[in-house]
Amino acid sequence: MVQGAETQKASESAVGRFQPSTTSNQPVEFHESKEELQEMLHTMILIRQFEDKVYEMYTRGRIGGYCHMNHGEEATIVGSIHPLRPQDWVVSYYREHGHIIARGSEPRRVMAELFGRQDGVSRGRGGSMHLFDAKRHFMGGYGIVAGNFPLALGTGFSSKYRKADEITLCLTGEGATANGAFHESMNMIGLWHLPVITLIVNNLYGMGTTVERSQANPELSKRGEMYAMHGIKIDGMDVMQVKRAMEDCMRRASEGEPSLVDAITYRYRGHSVADPARYRTQEEVQSWRDQDPIERFYRQLLEAGMITEEDRKSIDARVEAEVQEAVEFAENSPQPDPAGLLDFLYVDPPPNV
Amino acid sequence: MAVITYRQALNDALREEMSRDPDVFCLGEEIGIFGGSYKVTEGLLKEFGPERIVDTPIAELGIIGLATGAAMTGLRPVAEIMTINFIIVGMDQLVNNAAKIPYMFGGETRVPLVVRTPSGASHQLTAQHSQVLEVWFAYVPGMYVVAPSNPADAKGLLKTCIRDDNPILFVENVLLYNEKGEVPEGNDHLVPLGKADVKREGDDLTIVAYSRMVPFVLQAADKLAEEGVNAEVIDLRSLRPLDIDTIIESVKKTNHALIVHEGWKKYGAGAEITAQIQEYAFDYLDHPVQRVTGVEVPLPYANSLEKEALPRQQDVIDAASAIVGKR
Repeated sequence: MVQGAETQKASESAVGRFQPSTTSNQPVEFHESKEELQEMLHTMILIRQFEDKVYEMYTRGRIGGYCHMNHGEEATIVGSIHPLRPQDWVVSYYREHGHIIARGSEPRRVMAELFGRQDGVSRGRGGSMHLFDAKRHFMGGYGIVAGNFPLALGTGFSSKYRKADEITLCLTGEGATANGAFHESMNMIGLWHLPVITLIVNNLYGMGTTVERSQANPELSKRGEMYAMHGIKIDGMDVMQVKRAMEDCMRRASEGEPSLVDAITYRYRGHSVADPARYRTQEEVQSWRDQDPIERFYRQLLEAGMITEEDRKSIDARVEAEVQEAVEFAENSPQPDPAGLLDFLYVDPPPNV
Repeated sequence: MAVITYRQALNDALREEMSRDPDVFCLGEEIGIFGGSYKVTEGLLKEFGPERIVDTPIAELGIIGLATGAAMTGLRPVAEIMTINFIIVGMDQLVNNAAKIPYMFGGETRVPLVVRTPSGASHQLTAQHSQVLEVWFAYVPGMYVVAPSNPADAKGLLKTCIRDDNPILFVENVLLYNEKGEVPEGNDHLVPLGKADVKREGDDLTIVAYSRMVPFVLQAADKLAEEGVNAEVIDLRSLRPLDIDTIIESVKKTNHALIVHEGWKKYGAGAEITAQIQEYAFDYLDHPVQRVTGVEVPLPYANSLEKEALPRQQDVIDAASAIVGKR
């Protein structure tokens, strides 16, 4: 578990309450197969390398607009999305490149979207903040902070209405939980016992504002009780801890108990590509990098005999090829035809619109 | 044809569509046990149960967002917002989500959503409960804004909207709920979207209106006829889609146009319609297009002030007479 202020003397850091955990560097018990665990590691590395490439492509002018990246958050992302079943829904926000990749969408179609190309997952209409994949029930990235909560309430309501065995995973940053939409949505999710897991990717900063400067009580999981839902705080740098928490929350959701999960993590880079993150120290960033979720998981797998150094090399090589192929695909995909500017605005509109 | 109220027509439309399609459900504040703030949903809870007539907390943003999310999974929600004034606190979900989602995700999903709400002034409800705000939403590409003026259209348009695959703001009017009119019987009474209705034919000038202003203008047109002015009255039925063709065809015949709406004048619906008339029928106009609208002020309480702020029939008569040169 993440150490709280009560167990650890607050450092001089602006986010002293939250320190990178070292407790989960203990041996981990796995009940997953080698293949599944290595696939999870692969996805985490893929997200990291994909984002590195996104940064490079942004600086080379291939990608425009706002661009928010997932460096450092890979354990939270893969730990929460990997356990989902095909019928489950994911409702995300604007820092979602890794989310849609973890859900199984093709990296090359994600890259094509970032490039603004016709083969992008949103056909070049959305860009970085608005990725969508209907087939994989990835219900979109949204650019209005907290605007996604009511939609997750809606998908959760729909599952119950249709008596369908489905769960909604609503992903959010911690900054969004200060918004009124969070309260309205959590209240109804709890009131009606909807199968929704709200997972806070708590990277400690909303742009440059720390969680302690934006939340009256930064212990966000405690809000679960007020909304009649399960609340839990976990180490979001430890993919297995996230996965175990998700499995428990999924069981609860299927029994009519929603969850609020506060996963403590860290974004290595600024809020967006354009943010040099001068509001925090290099020492603070390094202290989290020292607990890197990818290398930690790799060590756990090595110690458990679930992976070899050879396996790791082949995963790294596979990822490199995938990312390279994604860029080539995106480069070769055409920009959308300007004649299609109004496509998708309405379904079967009358002639006079 | 049965003669029923506008309220009953809406109630019948909801009942018929919910009976026809199990994916249709209603949600909103006080729509179930209370029977609806304006009793539009009365009796539906007993018939369809609390799973499909969903009483919600006071949370307009949550209501519209819930409906949008549910619509994306294939359901057909009909959300009631108690009055259009409260829609402002839910506006983010309607404008930033419902209206954008089909487009910004490249057609990957649809939002078959109806948000019903009454607009307009009535009975000294004052500044925060009397606004005419539908034009804000008509400004937004991706939305439809529909506003029936009579029971037959209320039923036929609501049924069409529930079956449509786009996000729609369905604007009712507090002062119309008790108005009676003939409504075709049977489940198949549908009124198409985007088709204005010529309610009264005339050669002297074209008067364009929607919602409560339509019966209001029709009465004024009767008085104008007594003075020898034959007005053609067009009921828009919807602000978006806007059936400009019907307006232009009429203006080409009458060469005079007057737009009447309850909302504020500047940047109001009349401004857009006026602009389009000059774009498409400039050479046919014998007089500048005129507008009769509400006065630009938050609606006051006192009877004397409230009356002063709202359009009066005499304003319509005076403006029409001036346009055609009778005064």
